[in-house]
Amino acid sequence: MVSDFTWMIGGPQGSGVETAANIFSQVFSKMGYQIFGKREYYSNIKGEHSYFAVRISDKKIRSSVKGTNMLIAFDAETIFRHVDDVLENGIIIYDSTLENMKISDVITFENDFKDRLENILKSKNKESNVKGMLELASENGVTIHSVSFRSLLTELSEKLENPRIKNMSRMFNVLGVSLSLGLLMIPSEKLTESINSIFSKKKSIADMNVSAANFAYNYAAAKFDEPNFKFKAKEIEENTLLVQGYYGTSLGKIIAGCRFQSYYPITPATDESNFLETNEILEINEDRPGSTLVIQTEDEISAIGMAIGSSLTGVRSATCTSGPGFVLMAECLSWAGINEVPVVITFYQRSGPSTGLPTRHGQDDLLCAINSGVGEFPRIVYASGNVSDSFYDTTQVFNYADIFQIPVIHMLDKFIASSVTTCQRFDETKVNIDRGKLLDEIPSDNYRRFAHTEDGISPRSKLGLENGIFWNTGDESDIQGHISEDPVNRIQMMDKRQSRLDYILEKIPESEQIVKHSEGDFCIVSWGSTQGPILDTIEMLKNEGINIGFVEIKLLHPFPKELLKKSLSNSKTIIDIEANYTGQLGSLIRQNLEKDPNYYILKFTGRPMTCTELYDTLKKIINNNAEKREVLTYGA
Amino acid sequence: MALKVGDYKTDVHNDWCPGCGDFGIVNAIQMALAEMEIPRHQSAIFSGIGCSGKTSHFINVFGVHTLHGRVLPFAQGAKISNPNLEIIAVGGDGDGLGIGAGHFVAAGRRNVNMTYIIFDNAVYGLTKGQASPTLKLGEKTKSLPTPNTNYDVNPIGLAIASGFTFAARGYSYDVRQLKNLIIAAVRHKGLAFLDVLQPCPTYNDINTKDWFSGEDRIDETTKKPMPRIYKLEDTDYDPVVHYSDETELNQKKTQAIVKSLEWDSKIPTGIFYKNELITPYTRRLTDKIPNYVENPSALQNISKNNVPITKINQILDSYKV
Repeated sequence: MVSDFTWMIGGPQGSGVETAANIFSQVFSKMGYQIFGKREYYSNIKGEHSYFAVRISDKKIRSSVKGTNMLIAFDAETIFRHVDDVLENGIIIYDSTLENMKISDVITFENDFKDRLENILKSKNKESNVKGMLELASENGVTIHSVSFRSLLTELSEKLENPRIKNMSRMFNVLGVSLSLGLLMIPSEKLTESINSIFSKKKSIADMNVSAANFAYNYAAAKFDEPNFKFKAKEIEENTLLVQGYYGTSLGKIIAGCRFQSYYPITPATDESNFLETNEILEINEDRPGSTLVIQTEDEISAIGMAIGSSLTGVRSATCTSGPGFVLMAECLSWAGINEVPVVITFYQRSGPSTGLPTRHGQDDLLCAINSGVGEFPRIVYASGNVSDSFYDTTQVFNYADIFQIPVIHMLDKFIASSVTTCQRFDETKVNIDRGKLLDEIPSDNYRRFAHTEDGISPRSKLGLENGIFWNTGDESDIQGHISEDPVNRIQMMDKRQSRLDYILEKIPESEQIVKHSEGDFCIVSWGSTQGPILDTIEMLKNEGINIGFVEIKLLHPFPKELLKKSLSNSKTIIDIEANYTGQLGSLIRQNLEKDPNYYILKFTGRPMTCTELYDTLKKIINNNAEKREVLTYGA
Repeated sequence: MALKVGDYKTDVHNDWCPGCGDFGIVNAIQMALAEMEIPRHQSAIFSGIGCSGKTSHFINVFGVHTLHGRVLPFAQGAKISNPNLEIIAVGGDGDGLGIGAGHFVAAGRRNVNMTYIIFDNAVYGLTKGQASPTLKLGEKTKSLPTPNTNYDVNPIGLAIASGFTFAARGYSYDVRQLKNLIIAAVRHKGLAFLDVLQPCPTYNDINTKDWFSGEDRIDETTKKPMPRIYKLEDTDYDPVVHYSDETELNQKKTQAIVKSLEWDSKIPTGIFYKNELITPYTRRLTDKIPNYVENPSALQNISKNNVPITKINQILDSYKV
């Protein structure tokens, strides 16, 4: 029985690669398997290459692996880009009409890639076409199934007496996934069930796709040899969900009571706002329906400006963006800082600088999140490591914002946003709401918005509250909120705001600041979405009897210096792992612990880390033959 | 007990230059609030940056002094979240028509039910007199080293082109008319724009108070100055779009733009354009969220005894394997 298997499908953007992968993921999740899928795509609407790799396993998985066991290609580009990903004994199903396509026929290739590929084929004495590529795979022990997708459609069209079907190349995606399931001998009713659920809104389209799927399924079952891979349905673990990466923060916002989100479209952050708007009308316990107001603004400056304006009325408000949008928000962020306005910025990172790799993964905005803005003011920068964590963390960051009356920047990234994964159902009963010192009524009219208090945090009024009139200004202000340039007041106000950094470290429970997943002489320090590949790698090493420590830092600002010191006290070798070039967390560690991590494992190609390459690199470190800075490169 | 104008004044020291046109605007806002009897806690002044940005500190209602060019996003966020608030946004012409021009246009498209007043003096005062977006091409105010090389923006024209449903112009030395215009703007159902000509005595030595009142052009028969400013309400000009009809709408928009271009010898003030047939933003929201007006973001409960009350089980069920 197969316990770990990766299936990959590629095709031009707009050809339904994602739908095919969703069908595949649903089918296997319903067979009781754990799923981890990831989507890669260009910054493009139609035509550029995209692919989806779905990993399935009978145990918990949190990342992708290097390579795939099976590849489905209905365009030449997928073959050229991914044939060398197919592992030994793997399977390729491809459209036979592509056989004579040359590298030069694929107009979407970058010149560098074209040259690289041509040189490889030349050095191996292969023709620079699809045939040559497939010969390479074949020599590596890969089984190749050649099917004319076009002929399948023609036959189906004759069978159903529907001439339109003949030209429906947009069904190639469904043919591809159905051929795979037929070959792998997965019960066909699972396929039908999944297609019907995915196309549930359009019965006629569902029916047509089911016909095509069954046709392709039967074709594969009849024509292809039985594969080495065997799968058996298992009982589905109770309370399993199959979710997209951005569901965590979206649902977290809904349950936390975020009732206002303003945003400007940007990959990979937009999906969240879209989700909130799609589900804008809310079911409320024993009350009339509520709503999340989602507003698409003219730019990111307006997005944060509106969210702050909303927060002043007492609403839990947020915006959601990525790096290029976040930097535009810096001035308003400072304003929220000096005015002690709680606001949440959900920050789905991609890879910079500037627009960088707009649709690719990266963790290169940590220092930007910590440092952006004018002057000195307190903020929280908090990171989540996976979809499920991001749900609970989202509910917590709203509490932090309210309790400490500061902006909170919640860090996520493209890797999380565009992964599809099975996880335990989010537990609503674990969520609590703490609005801090927000007032609902003020009895008399001597209210002072920025009154000095023992903990430095003043009771908070809101626009519209009787007796609660206050002033805000981006200038330094007195306790009422009126402009003041008095030096003594300045010292008091700076102390009032900045003392919050220590207060935060004191108040937020340690387990929410740092998660110590495991202990060992070798200890990994990391943040955010690297959590998945790291935990998978640790498990792989554990199976060999090697224990590696892993400290995940969630609270990145203010930096939990003492707690980190304590967490690392038993470790001899510190390994910093991050998806950026310079090791930004590493620089925070150097700054705060006066200690440089012994090793850095970094990746900045825009492609997420796989557990396989992390495993290889950690082995090098353990065996003492690694460089101080190891750079990972895998992924097309 | 009815509130008096004095109740809307704070004791914050006003540091504008003596003779500044801004004083008239603050007075007019305070008078308008008192006359409309808007409770102090139900009103908020949002302001931008610069001399005009300080306005919110002088008025005894909620005051939110924001950032250069950003007053409209802040104000709209608050008004949309709590439609019960009466919000007046104020800012300079550089603030609203220079750095804030993108927000100005976008705000017009939304038509949120609030008022936006621009203090229009054609110069950047607080940074010592540089040219602002409303200074005419070729003019050289006191502190400019060379004449202005940019064409001027027509605020009324831009407002109408952007979708503002009320556009008016006031003059800061005619506080009575200005107060009435503010009241009309606040009562307007939709986004109201009010451009206030406001001489900067320190840096604009061209469009001075004397210039507006025509001290430089004496009528030969009466021997009196011939004021440049005249009031639209004293003419038969009709700014109102009376019915939903393309011809009517286009006629009222174009007449307003043409009227707003009058300058130099004759400068009109008053209401140029008013259209309540375009739905305000909150109404548009109720098309998709039927109870939004009664139950807007700011009035919704989100928890009971710290426990969330929003149900997500149905959404979660749909992802169940």
